[in-house]
Amino acid sequence: MWAIVHKFGSPQWFYRLSCRLEPWCWVLAALSLGAGGVWGLALAPADYQQGESFRIIYVHVPAALLAQSVFIAMALASLVFMVWKIKVADMAAAVMAPFGAAMTFTALFSGAVWGVPTWGTWWVWDARLTSMLILLFLYLGVIALRGAFSSRQSGARAASVLAMVGVINIPIIKYSVEWWYTLHQSATFSLTERPAMPASMWLPLLIMVVGFYSFFAALTLLRVRSEILRREGDKRWVRALKEIPS
Amino acid sequence: MSLRLQARQLACERDDRWLFDGLDVMLESGEILRVEGPNGSGKTTLLKILSGQLDDYDGALEFNGQPLRACRDTFLANLLYLGHAPGVKAGLTPLENLAWYQALGGEAPDEAACERALNDAGLAGFEDTPAGRLSAGQNRRVALARLTLTPRALWVLDEPFTALDREGVAMLERRLSHHAKAGGSVIITTHHALGGLQRVRRLRLGEALA
Amino acid sequence: MSASDGGALRPPPHGAGRAFIATLSRGLRLAFRRRGEALNPLVFYALVITLFPIGISPDPALLAVIAPGLLWVAALLAALLSLDTLFRGDFEDGSLEQLILAPQPLWTQTLAKVCVHWLMTGLPLALSAPLLATLLALPAGSYAVLTLSLVLGSATLSLVGAIGAALTVGLARGGVLTSLLILPLYIPVLVFGTGAVEAAIAGQSALPYLAILGALLALSLMLAPWAIAASLRISLNG
Repeated sequence: MWAIVHKFGSPQWFYRLSCRLEPWCWVLAALSLGAGGVWGLALAPADYQQGESFRIIYVHVPAALLAQSVFIAMALASLVFMVWKIKVADMAAAVMAPFGAAMTFTALFSGAVWGVPTWGTWWVWDARLTSMLILLFLYLGVIALRGAFSSRQSGARAASVLAMVGVINIPIIKYSVEWWYTLHQSATFSLTERPAMPASMWLPLLIMVVGFYSFFAALTLLRVRSEILRREGDKRWVRALKEIPS
Repeated sequence: MSLRLQARQLACERDDRWLFDGLDVMLESGEILRVEGPNGSGKTTLLKILSGQLDDYDGALEFNGQPLRACRDTFLANLLYLGHAPGVKAGLTPLENLAWYQALGGEAPDEAACERALNDAGLAGFEDTPAGRLSAGQNRRVALARLTLTPRALWVLDEPFTALDREGVAMLERRLSHHAKAGGSVIITTHHALGGLQRVRRLRLGEALA
Repeated sequence: MSASDGGALRPPPHGAGRAFIATLSRGLRLAFRRRGEALNPLVFYALVITLFPIGISPDPALLAVIAPGLLWVAALLAALLSLDTLFRGDFEDGSLEQLILAPQPLWTQTLAKVCVHWLMTGLPLALSAPLLATLLALPAGSYAVLTLSLVLGSATLSLVGAIGAALTVGLARGGVLTSLLILPLYIPVLVFGTGAVEAAIAGQSALPYLAILGALLALSLMLAPWAIAASLRISLNG
């Protein structure tokens, strides 16, 4: 059992696997982002209430979904790293954090831009936007903590613990912010919460979500591979790679 | 039951640098293991691994034939580790410091024993002076008083002679020799000569990999 | 003394309870010896509360509206400021190494340290809150709820905050980083703490909020000591 876990977690094995997987992820990402983008931004009908501005949904929702799932993925990778001491898992957690922060920022920014035509202001303390903002702070904390240690191993472990503590807290924060919002605001018009969206609207959204996820997968594989090369640069199998140009 | 600490093919990597690799260590009852090596050769790290503080190593580490990770409780119950910092609270008196260590070791409070230990360490008359007002050498002696306070089979001492005066050095050497003769074991790093001790084994770090 | 049995092995000791009490009383004794320092969070709390009427308006009607939030935010910041010293002293003088190598479960020891922190900051802050609440013209009938919510909430703050303090104790300049790590995690406590006080002001039952604060405390009591212990081990290897 342990031998298998460690074999699958070995940088060399992962490197080989990701070499094969990565092109497919890029292809899927390019196809679905292209198709979803054109369909959603140009072909889908405009919203009867919000007009053209609703099209921000095709960026906002996938980014917000990724922002949350990247944190969960990061915490899972951290857990694997802490329990089985698999270095690749830590590398994955390390490269996921900035990406997740970027997605959270994208969701916040697109939400703010959306707010201008919808609410007439750049920022509203909307429950969804507020928990996104807190999520951004959580990401920044994990990134800052990792960077603060002079020893990379200690930084990796500290960031792992924080990611796991954070992931336990995310649902609690989310629900408490929702509670806070309903307490202080009588139900107003909320972004993206709408009855029965026609298929011509939600299908491109679904395709965009798939595109964002495959882009995330491809980028993570790429960055983990470069991280492997950076950290394992003096290993024999890495040196062997250089001799055979691929 | 006597003590045996054994490490096979011990290796420790710190940020892509191997501090040591393929290290075999064997320590039995009555032995003193002296870890030597230049600064930065990983002496303190090795001592931290051998005292169960650092879990970040490759290779096998066994205490009485069992993996250390599996019998941590028994191991810690028989370990006395003194690091670079003496672990003496400046705001507490030597007596209070020792009382805390006694409780931490799961022993019943025994003030008489604490006083005896301080007396043996040459701190008679300072029992109730806050440790912050004592000198560095006296603080070191408070920490060393733990050697007699609680009988532990394995002593892991990282530079224990630091800040001690000549008389203190002699006292500690006597105590080390006494402990080894009584069947205890010691792992020690020091730049000191360690004269007059028998059964001292040496372990040099930082050469094989140079 | 130990001449004849120097090499004899001992079984793992019992007495985790005794060790817990020893660490607790040691922390309290140290805190009482530096009474001036122990008062700092309270003085800070009072000072911050003083700043708001000066910065916003002395109008009691306006202050009464924002009082629950102000009292809670200021208490939260006061508790946060004192966190940095929670493990730093022990880290610097080597006691932390000894704590980790004690033949006792580390989480009981970390729990004792957190209890000291709460008794020295959270509890005094909660007890002094009604006094400061009168300065902010907090409506009558919510003072008991304010204290109770702070008693429950500050215990959670101490537990969660200790994780951040443990993660940063090995870093030379951990202070601001600790706040960055911890403040987002404080938000649920803040939401339900102020919620309780506002419910009491509105004449509703504060019980659901207090119950949730209690649930948060129970959850952090369950998980935080483990996380603190793991973080301390990491910090000591830094």
